[in-house]
Order: sequence, then structure tokens, then C-alpha cells
Amino acid sequence: MSAVLPPSAMPTPAPVAVVRSRSHGANVMRRLLRNPIAMTAAAVILLLVLVAIFAPWIMPADPFATSMFKRLKPIGTPGFPLGTDELGRDMLSRLMLGGRLSLFMGIAPVLMAFVIGSGIGILAGYAGGGINTVLMRCVDVLYAFPSVLLAIALSGALGAGITNALVSLTVVFVPQIARIAESVTTQVRRSDYVDAARASGASAFTIVHRHVLGNVIGPIFVYATSLISVSMILASGLSFLGLGVKPPQPEWGLMLNTLRTAIYSQPWIAALPGVLIFVTSVSFNMLADGLRTAMEVKQ
Amino acid sequence: MSTAKHIPNITPAAMADPRDVGGPRQPLLRAQNLLKHFPLKRKGLDFRGPKPVVRAVDGVSFDIKKGETLGVVGESGCGKSTTARLLMQLTLQDKGELIFDGQTVGSSSLPLREFRRQTQMVFQDSYSSLNPRMTIEDSVAFGPTVHGVTQRAALARAHDLLARVGLDPARFAGRYPHELSGGQRQRVNIARALALEPRLVILDEAVSALDKSVEAQVLNLLEDLKRDFGLTYLFISHDLHVVRYVSDRVLVMYLGQVVEVGPADQVFDAPRHPYTRALLQSMPSTDPLQRTTEAPLSGDPPNPIDPPPGCRFHTRCAFAQPVCGQQVPQFVEPAPGHGVACLRWQPESGYEPMPDFPRPSPAPAKSLMPLNAAVASEMPDIFPEARRG
Repeated sequence: MSAVLPPSAMPTPAPVAVVRSRSHGANVMRRLLRNPIAMTAAAVILLLVLVAIFAPWIMPADPFATSMFKRLKPIGTPGFPLGTDELGRDMLSRLMLGGRLSLFMGIAPVLMAFVIGSGIGILAGYAGGGINTVLMRCVDVLYAFPSVLLAIALSGALGAGITNALVSLTVVFVPQIARIAESVTTQVRRSDYVDAARASGASAFTIVHRHVLGNVIGPIFVYATSLISVSMILASGLSFLGLGVKPPQPEWGLMLNTLRTAIYSQPWIAALPGVLIFVTSVSFNMLADGLRTAMEVKQ
Repeated sequence: MSTAKHIPNITPAAMADPRDVGGPRQPLLRAQNLLKHFPLKRKGLDFRGPKPVVRAVDGVSFDIKKGETLGVVGESGCGKSTTARLLMQLTLQDKGELIFDGQTVGSSSLPLREFRRQTQMVFQDSYSSLNPRMTIEDSVAFGPTVHGVTQRAALARAHDLLARVGLDPARFAGRYPHELSGGQRQRVNIARALALEPRLVILDEAVSALDKSVEAQVLNLLEDLKRDFGLTYLFISHDLHVVRYVSDRVLVMYLGQVVEVGPADQVFDAPRHPYTRALLQSMPSTDPLQRTTEAPLSGDPPNPIDPPPGCRFHTRCAFAQPVCGQQVPQFVEPAPGHGVACLRWQPESGYEPMPDFPRPSPAPAKSLMPLNAAVASEMPDIFPEARRG
């Protein structure tokens, strides 16, 4: 854009070899690795993700094979370690395969909302003034609805199906992430180092890229991580209401729904998908908590 | 240093600068009638009258000459920092303009980006003015890369400048701001300001947050850099001793306006504005015989939302007469180069002449003198130049 600076009065030798300090990211990782609770949570999540990914190869039985004679077998039945559901399908296999969709519905909407919400929030926070007011008031309109209600209303309007559930959950999380992003960015925007960067003549895009992003993405990411559990529960809720995944596709929320008829005959089997939802969301919350603590210590 | 103070200080470096446009007599930066009012929210449902504003900077005009250090002093909230931000164009003025070396800032001959390459700023808070996620070398090299210097050349320049401000690049360049002390961080900020090879550096309370010994080191460093790079400084501080030590000329602000400008020695030794005088009396003296026994000023400055009519200082001025509350003083120069905005210096204003400022009479406690001299002789000589002058 502009010409190179006039030749310096000083001689400019090649940069010298420099002793580098550990970066912020490395420090956060080191502290996170020392946190036993966060590490346990991470291990549980890793296990669940691995099982979900490799489910088709490690499943002990066909999760779609029904049998009228093997309905609602208790936990520990030979051949069915976690029993069978109301149509006689192997619970263990269905839970393993169901983890795929459940985890996907937990992570994908948050990831999409993280990208869109951060974009809106950082733009509003950095631009300030009228742009901020317009963007954030629009976000507030969505934020005013309770998230469950909004998710159900949107899914209901769009129709049942995974894609529509994904879209409606994303819309639910965008305002929440945008608000966090906006407040963090506004704070960074007022700092002297952003003023110094402006004073150097850098464009708004360069400043956001080099100075703002690195300082706001951490807190936004921590918040987004804590939303994964909410997303899983909401997605399960949508499936439970018949607005998300359709049978016979296994998904933990949907399984909870169909098994509710068995709550008196086989309460333990009926509770299994719920237990997994619970364990996963608690693990994500613990990990987010650990991440926050690891980032908070000194900048 | 003090011998050259009365003449406009034109260093050879400033004259030899190939970027010089207007010649040595053209002020490097000319602020003309700068005005910045910050709007306030109306209280409740009272929609009468104009919207209330904070008159942070209310018609400020001054010149910064090439190669000089212009000190700016004034109470907290008098508009010093807002003026600095206006000069750096971090805040845009409501009215008035800046003329840099004969060219209007923001015009086609001097776009803002070009102006910012020639004017840089060092902030007060050494920590918050460095990006906590960037290494020192990246922070210093950022400015040049913005202006098209390659990453490699910018890093080389950053290392050069770090060495120049006394930080060994091999040890410090790869560190993060929290791994440095306050004095070291402020050196990094100075290096960053110099990375664009500016001609004017605005130092907004740049040494105020440092402890005294580090402050002296940084001041000496600034003095050296000014000589070596042919810089011009605008030095904002509330520390009058420091301002006197570094400045060629001094500008005194009160409630968003300039009340007095003049050569540092004249302003400090023979202040013309009653406010300057009161300000100088508040300077703690190292001489126990020069003890300040009466408060030179009482009360807080008036609210800048609703400044007093006439002279803004008349509510606290020991020399105020009725006319001061009615007539706005003009900025006049009773002596060339030493201007003041006070009705006492306007013969036509209707101000009844009264005897000049009474001199403070030193208390006759002669017994303290030898002790005082003994203490002084044991003091480390931090400011050898000031002592000589």
C-alpha cells in the first residue's frame, strides 16, 4: 500500500539469535496438564470420541437388528452386556453408535456458533458506536428467548431432521457467544496496545488480526466449550420431542425417548443414555472450567 | 542545555532531515484551535437546552518547534491526555486542525497514515501498552511491517532499537511483557515508538509510573535518543521538576485551555499566569527553608461540563477582580515567545493594576543551612546537567 520506509540511519544486520520464552499457549497447556480434574474430563471425552468414531468396527452386535423374543433383557444378559431395548436391539452397540450423533450434535452447532458469534461480536466490539448498537440489539432480540423455547420453535418451524436441528441450535448459541465476544473485544479495544497499533498506521483489519484476535479468542473459546454440554442436552431434547434425529437411527436423546416406556420394567436400561449424556456434559464443563483456570493465572 | 533554552532549539539533525518540508523556522506541528467535547447522556427526561458536554479540550492552539522539547503541565483532568490523543489522531477533534511541517494532517498532501509514520506516542502505562500475547521483538517490529518493511528487516531493526534502549536483544527480544520490569517495558515502548523513525514523539506521562532512579535513567535515554535521531518531543507530565529538567518550552493548561506558554526558564522563574504561579508553588522543594506553608490553591478545579464564565480560573484565583468573571481573557504575548491568557496582561481589559506577585519570603532558620548543604553533597548526582545549570 505505501512505500517502504526511508533507509534507516542505523545499520540493519540480520536478526540475532534470540532466547524465546514459552508462549502463552504453551503456558496454558502446561497448567492444564497439571490439573487432574481437567485431565480426567479430557480422558473421558477422548474415550467417548474414540468409541464413537470407531463404533462400526468395535460394536459387538448389529444395532439395528430387532428381535421380538429378546426385548428388554436386563443388564448382564449373555451376548447383551448392557441388555436390550424395547425392540430387542443390543443396547451397548446402540449406545456406541449413538455417541456419534450425540457428540456431533453437541460440538457442531457450538463450533458454527463460535465462528459466526465471534465474528459478529468482534466486529461489533471493535467498530463500536452505531455498528455495535445495531448488531448487538439484533442479537439481543434472539437472546431474549429462552434457549430451549427458541430451539424447539425453530426446529418445529424448519421441520424435523438433523440439519434443521443443527441450524436451530446454532441460532440459539450465536447470540450468547456474540455477547461474550463483544464484551471481551470492547475491553481489548480500549487498551493502550490497540491505540499504539492504531498510532502506527495499521488498518483495522491488521489490528484485529494481529492484536485483537489473540487476546479475545481464549475467553470466547472457554465459554463456547461450556456450551457443548448445553448443546448436547438441547439436541437430546429435540430428538426426545421427535424434532431431531429420526428412528431407527440411534442417538442418546432419542433412545431416552423411546425407552421411557420401559422405565418401570427396566429402569437401569432406560437410564443408560441419560447417564452418558450426563457424563459427557459434566466432562465438557470440567474441561472448560480447567481451561478457564489455566488461562486466568497471569497473562 | 539551559544556555540554549531561550533560542529556538534547532538541532543539526532536524535541519538535515530529508523529510523536512517547511525549513527550520516552520513549526513541526501546529495545533490550531483544537476542540473536543465529549457528549454526556441527558439526565432523566430533561430535554431542554443543548446536550451537556464535557469540554475536555476547548480551543487549544500552540506550536511545537523543530528539535525542541515542549513540556505540557496542568492538573489532572485539564485535558493534557486528550490533547495528546488529538495530536496522535487517536481521538478526532470536533473542530480545529493540525498542521505538520506546513501540511494539514489528513489532507491529500499528508494523509493520516503518513502523518502517523512521522509522529509516535509513548503511553503512561507500560504494561497495558504492550500486547501481552506478543513477544517484545514482534511488538517493536509491528509498526515497520505495517508500512511495508519485510518481517526480517523489521526484526533486525527491532533488535537494533532494543539494543539502543539498553535491552540486549539476545536476552530480551523473545520475552513477553510480563517477564519485564516496568522500566524495561517502558524502554520497549520507546523502542517501538522509534521503530517508524518518527520526527515527533509524544510522551504522555511516559516516565510518571516509574520509580525515581529508573525514571532518571529513562529521561537520560530520551535525551540521548533525541540528540541521535533528531527528534522533537511533546512531554506531558504532572511532575514539574521533570518538566523543567527536560523542556525547552513549557505549556500550562487549565480546564481544557492553554493559559501560559513560554521558555521553560521564564515560565518557571517568572510565571505570568496566577495559575502557573500556584502550580509552581505546589512543587515540593528539596530545600527545607523553602517550605510551602500555605496551600497555593484550594478546592478542585471547576466542572468542565459547566466551566465558569469569563476567565476559567477566576473562581480560584488570588488576584481575581470582578472583571475576570465577565471577560474572557485573550492570549497575549507581553514578551516575545512568552504568551499568557490573563486579563492582568491586557491593558485595555479594565483590570485594576495591582502589585505583582509577592515573592515568598524564606523563613530565617539559618541553623538548618549547613545540614542542608551536607545532605545535598552526599546525594548521588543523578542530574549533573541540571545541577550545573
